[in-house]
Amino acid sequence: MSLEAGTLLGGHEIVLPIVLPLVAGALLLLLEAGRSRWVPAFSLGATLLGALVAVALVAQAAQGQVQVYLVGNWRAPWGIALTLDRLAALMLALTSVVALAALTHALGAAAGRAAAPRGDSHFHSLFQFQLMGLHGAFLTADLFNLFVFFEVLLAASYGLLLHDADRARLRAGLHYVVFNLAGSALFLVALGLLYGVAGTLNMADLAHKLARLPATDLRLAQAAGLLLLVVFAVKAALLPLYFWLPATYASAAPPVAALFAIMTKVGVYAVARTTSLTFGGPTLAGLAQPALPWLALATLLLAAQGALAAGRLRTLAAYLVVASAGTLLLAVGLGGPGTLAAGLFYLVNSTIAAALWFLLADHIGRAHGGSDRLETPASALPARTWALLGLGFVIAAAAAAGLPPLAGFFGKALLLQAALRESTGTLAAWVMAIVLGSSLALVVALARAGSTLFWGGRQAGAPARADATGTPFRAGAGAAARPFALQGAATAAPDRAFAPWPQQLALAGLAAALVAVAAAAGPVADYAQAAAAQMGERQRYIDAVLGAPAAPPAYDVRREMRERGELK
Amino acid sequence: MLALLALFIGTLAGCGTWLMLRARTFDVILGLTLLSYAVNLFLFAMGRVKVGAAPIAGAGAPPTLAQVADPLPQALVLTAIVISFAMTALLLALALRTHGEAASDHVDGEEPRR
Repeated sequence: MSLEAGTLLGGHEIVLPIVLPLVAGALLLLLEAGRSRWVPAFSLGATLLGALVAVALVAQAAQGQVQVYLVGNWRAPWGIALTLDRLAALMLALTSVVALAALTHALGAAAGRAAAPRGDSHFHSLFQFQLMGLHGAFLTADLFNLFVFFEVLLAASYGLLLHDADRARLRAGLHYVVFNLAGSALFLVALGLLYGVAGTLNMADLAHKLARLPATDLRLAQAAGLLLLVVFAVKAALLPLYFWLPATYASAAPPVAALFAIMTKVGVYAVARTTSLTFGGPTLAGLAQPALPWLALATLLLAAQGALAAGRLRTLAAYLVVASAGTLLLAVGLGGPGTLAAGLFYLVNSTIAAALWFLLADHIGRAHGGSDRLETPASALPARTWALLGLGFVIAAAAAAGLPPLAGFFGKALLLQAALRESTGTLAAWVMAIVLGSSLALVVALARAGSTLFWGGRQAGAPARADATGTPFRAGAGAAARPFALQGAATAAPDRAFAPWPQQLALAGLAAALVAVAAAAGPVADYAQAAAAQMGERQRYIDAVLGAPAAPPAYDVRREMRERGELK
Repeated sequence: MLALLALFIGTLAGCGTWLMLRARTFDVILGLTLLSYAVNLFLFAMGRVKVGAAPIAGAGAPPTLAQVADPLPQALVLTAIVISFAMTALLLALALRTHGEAASDHVDGEEPRR
């Protein structure tokens, strides 16, 4: 495939995923302040354009080169470099898929309302800034820049999460903000340690310098690496640090929760990037190895338990996110090329499935009159709604639990295969047992949820449960007293059409994407394999970043001044 | 001087952590603020502490850090200060809103049952 976009933009296309949402978000701030009716179209257009760029970048990265963009034309260890490799391109494309679906769903919710309430006046600009933070985190090759983009995406996510907040959302939001601010402080401590030891924060330069560190400084570098792991584990939802996630995701507005499906993957990406590149050298290799797989297995186990105990569909979906994060961190933690490739393959499927779950939970909740509690609905659904939602439920459940026709199954099978090949006795046995056991638990939890919601098969005497946040979900009363922004036409007649058409489109699009990933499992797995292999070639990445030449100046002021005799 | 600085950073971080573990939003915010002070000082100190050195190398100066202060941690600290300032402002607004909504400054939005 030729580099049409690349040659057209002269190499600047790598910075586009950051610049585009930044400019769009800034313009949207103005449009939103003026209450323009072009806001939805503009926001959707910007996101679509971003998706096109992401597709072009995937095609570009698939050629196998690590491409470097020097911001401001400063050479690598001094300035900030952006790098595009297969992994970064894959994450950009996934972000675009999730963002498009979430935005379409949100637009549908807005269309279903008579008049836009004051609450979501800045939804679209925050959404674009969130995309900017995500894209930047995936592209940057500098650890401090990664911190800054983390803050950008977190700041936007605070705004999105607290959108039109009720009490449960406020409480979850407060916990989320405080927890992440503490995480940011730790991030800075780790960065300070690394800078104090190595004198650089460029990931490739760090990898280069850490390999030549005197033994006395090595302990400090190790401490910094493990601190970074803790910070990324907060984002990725690893065992002792995931307790914020279920309450936060279950209380966020549905499109926001769907977009957040990519947020835990930022943490997984950062762990994968730093362990393979920055701390992958001979002196620090295996830094995370002793603890990470076991913690990931424990996360998986507890997530399966949480899914079994969930009393609300959205809590169940949140635990599915935790389970997928556990599986991914297991793949990263095992660290072999095979497990990494399997993890990347699974990442595609599980991210889309997680986003689909949050949208689906919204649809099902509204079809059941505003409650997503897992209990027999008061009235049967209209046949068409029942069939469509049921089909979506089956696809989402099969993808999330890892059942054969869909790609979640291939991902888990590849992971187990690679784990058996690449890791030793006890660990491999535990991986087999817990991955298979947790999958079974997820299947049971999903089957029970599905049969309760769609077949009304509640056992006699099963008690109504409280949700994970400890307070019962106030169903009808809350929805009626308060027009939930972004949550759509909760009070509209449920029989005629179960959702505005954009929301149906978002649902269908994500389900189709899951089926497409399963149908194109071969090419996707090949791409994941190549991406994992590329992550293994550390030296090529380091050489690409540190050896990237600055572009020759198009206009040389000094030479011109010399020629005119103004400068000697 | 280094020992004093280390002691100071440690005290700030310790107080910040203690306050952050309390159950009132105001204490938590103060704790986060103290913690961010500690972190900023730590970042600053990681560029090596020097007295009376400018962060700019003059003409003809040798290209080492023996004569000049490292400008990079200063830039990093500046960024970190701006971010933590904005986040503290957001957190304050959020805490006020929670207090207004729940009539309690407990971090769980309600007084614990005894």
